Amino acid sequence: MVREKIVVKDLNLWFGENHVLKGINISIPEKAVTAVMGPSGCGKSSFLRCLNRMNDLIDTARVTGKVLIDGRNIYDDAVDVSLLRRRVGMVFQRPNPFPKSVFDNVAYGLRIHGVRNKGELRERVEEALKDANLWDEVKDRLFGSALELSGGQQQRLCIARALAVRPEIILLDEPASALDPISTAKLEELIEKLKEDYTIVIVTHNIQQAARISDYAAFLMLGELIEFGRTQEIFTAPKDKRTESYLTGRFG
Amino acid sequence: MRDNLVKHLLLSCASLSIVFLAGITVTLFKEGLPIFKEVSVFKFLFGRYWYPTYDPPDFGILPLILGSLWVTLGALFVAVPLGVGSAMYISELAHPKLREILKPTVELLASVPSVVYGFFGMVFLGPLVQRLFDLPVGLTCFTASIILGMMALPTVASIAEDAISAVPRELREASYALGAMKWETITKVVVPAASSGIIAAVILGFGRAVGETMTVLMVAGGAAVIPRSVFQPVRTMTATIAAEMGEAPMGSDHYHALFGIALVLFFITLGFNLLADKIIKG
Repeated sequence: MVREKIVVKDLNLWFGENHVLKGINISIPEKAVTAVMGPSGCGKSSFLRCLNRMNDLIDTARVTGKVLIDGRNIYDDAVDVSLLRRRVGMVFQRPNPFPKSVFDNVAYGLRIHGVRNKGELRERVEEALKDANLWDEVKDRLFGSALELSGGQQQRLCIARALAVRPEIILLDEPASALDPISTAKLEELIEKLKEDYTIVIVTHNIQQAARISDYAAFLMLGELIEFGRTQEIFTAPKDKRTESYLTGRFG
Repeated sequence: MRDNLVKHLLLSCASLSIVFLAGITVTLFKEGLPIFKEVSVFKFLFGRYWYPTYDPPDFGILPLILGSLWVTLGALFVAVPLGVGSAMYISELAHPKLREILKPTVELLASVPSVVYGFFGMVFLGPLVQRLFDLPVGLTCFTASIILGMMALPTVASIAEDAISAVPRELREASYALGAMKWETITKVVVPAASSGIIAAVILGFGRAVGETMTVLMVAGGAAVIPRSVFQPVRTMTATIAAEMGEAPMGSDHYHALFGIALVLFFITLGFNLLADKIIKG
């Protein structure tokens, strides 16, 4: 039996009057890739942002219910959000490297969390870049601007930046939506490798991508979780009519 | 047909500014250059004495250049921290409702006529400075710097605020997602990302302060000597032109010398504006 890393219980999210997520219950297994699919506006990105409390940044956001990571509710008052986000890394839709050098991008999180020693910084940056399959491409230009990298390289840099602080969970918010097919293939290869060490939750509206890379899949529609299970089962024998319609392209 | 007419009408409106600029430049050169037949450019720029009505006259504008420089740098000491600080607060920290009040208020500072600032400096700040520091006169470089700083504040704050607000939300999110708190995000990501805009704001603030005339004429004290302390009266290039132009007989050396000063000022502000432009556009 797989261990459950994240357990979501009765999660509701509102933006002002707008009820975005409605009573979500889901258990996300450890060291596997879980894909969250659904039509645009179904709340899948908002759901992802509940897992590292990024929705805290929106003034009108209100959350009820629980998100347990290793059994502890991350919405408890006692939780240190900074430490939480260190454990739960995030990569966004568009590559968003800081306008700094490649090195400083990866070192940013380390410095925030108090790593000052130069040798240690170098080691951890190299390690993160290697883990993100980017080291060979950037090792000679570590101190050049990150903005000079290609889009795919920038996205892998953002992954390296997230990996550097040694998270346990990585949230990917449609990470390939701004990438070309070759860069996307490299990214998927990387995700395949990362799941050996990390729990990965990826939001995607690309059904084929979800089928290729995920072990588990969740289907969201209009803020409700319609179906969740092993990817193979969801794709071959969906239990809900709506899941089937979505997967066969009747809407999206 | 009608479209064409409108187009040409608007074109002539737009071209007028070029005509104005050209006209001003030509006049400056035509009236300013003759002074260099009397004194060398070097002696004009670096001469230590400005006695335009003595016999023989001295046309050295170094005290005036230094006066302008000191007052302007002093103004930047006031305007840059206050301006960049307000910009950071308004765009990053202020509650949206407070922002809606603060931003127009800061910009309103720019709409106060400079003579009013000068008046405020003469009757309020001058005497205050005189008492606080026990000085023979309150109208000094220091006093003028504070008032000019207040005047340059909206320029610096408004442009810096635009630059900070233009930093994409995605960069802030990336920082927060790594566990950074608000203060770290502002100082380590947002401000560095906006740095070229902030530098441009400082340069334009400099341009605003160095060209200001009425206030410094009223508040800086007016002594055309090389300043030894910020608590001495000084005279800027702009104030000199404004104060003496009425008395200089047209076509005299004094008259041409004043245009010479204007020419120097013109190059200084032009240079800084071009620099700011280049920095903004990267």
